[in-house]
Amino acid sequence: MRIITAYLIGLVFGVGIAISGMANPAKVLNFFDVAGSWDPSLMFVMGGALITTFIGYKLVFGRSAPIIEGSFQLPTNNKIDLKLVGGSAIFGIGWGIAGFCPGGALPALGTGRWEVFAFALALIAGIFLAKFLQTLGSRTSQTS
Amino acid sequence: METVFTPWTSLGGGVLIGVAATLLMLFLGRVMGATGILAGVVSPSSKQDFSWRAAVLAGMVSGPVLIFFLTGQMPEVQVPVSTGMLLVGGLIVGVGVTLGSGCTSGHGVCGMARLSPRSFVATMTFMIVTLVTVYIVRHVLGAA
Repeated sequence: MRIITAYLIGLVFGVGIAISGMANPAKVLNFFDVAGSWDPSLMFVMGGALITTFIGYKLVFGRSAPIIEGSFQLPTNNKIDLKLVGGSAIFGIGWGIAGFCPGGALPALGTGRWEVFAFALALIAGIFLAKFLQTLGSRTSQTS
Repeated sequence: METVFTPWTSLGGGVLIGVAATLLMLFLGRVMGATGILAGVVSPSSKQDFSWRAAVLAGMVSGPVLIFFLTGQMPEVQVPVSTGMLLVGGLIVGVGVTLGSGCTSGHGVCGMARLSPRSFVATMTFMIVTLVTVYIVRHVLGAA
């Protein structure tokens, strides 16, 4: 039940990403290219997703718990620190170079295009690299 | 590379993304973040967390395949950048989203919809940095 529900929700997300244009790097990069071949479509993606989620969450949080799990698991970290801002800035550099973000690339894997797999492999390597750097960092701060 | 302005399909896709985010919170009580979902699959912390994330990921990848069966066409994926840029960009995105704890879906949609100040700062940061990066890549360096 849990797995089938999760699969179907992923499917809705994947269809949404695919028809929105987020899975298409040319469209994503053109959204940011206001000085060149600007395509404002992604504003409608962000707007539609944000308004729908805002209203949806309002309704969902009226419940005391989710339907399948025992409780809501929301991020508890509320620190606005260098790691958040620096990490987000690094993400922006990569997004501007490649044109794929994780949410756009994962559904795009379904098109079978090799370029998406190349990006995804580099993305996974980056995740492991950051996790490795974080353990190094925490080890250094523990010993010093 | 010019792309066609698609306000309606982009809005529709955005609404579906929001519906998926709402349903994931309603049924499993979890945030629809592509970064967290991918990281939980390639580097799982527990078996219980792995299974639903793998199911969501499988659903995402099925999205374009479903569209292909319904319309006879795969969603468009136009890659206007070199393979080197895809790989370097992917690696940088992976590091950034791990340090920044999220990307367009986690911070930009779910976090913003919860009115999280942390997600607001993250989203503003990566949107501005991506804009600047695309400007530098296209209009200063003259690549892609």
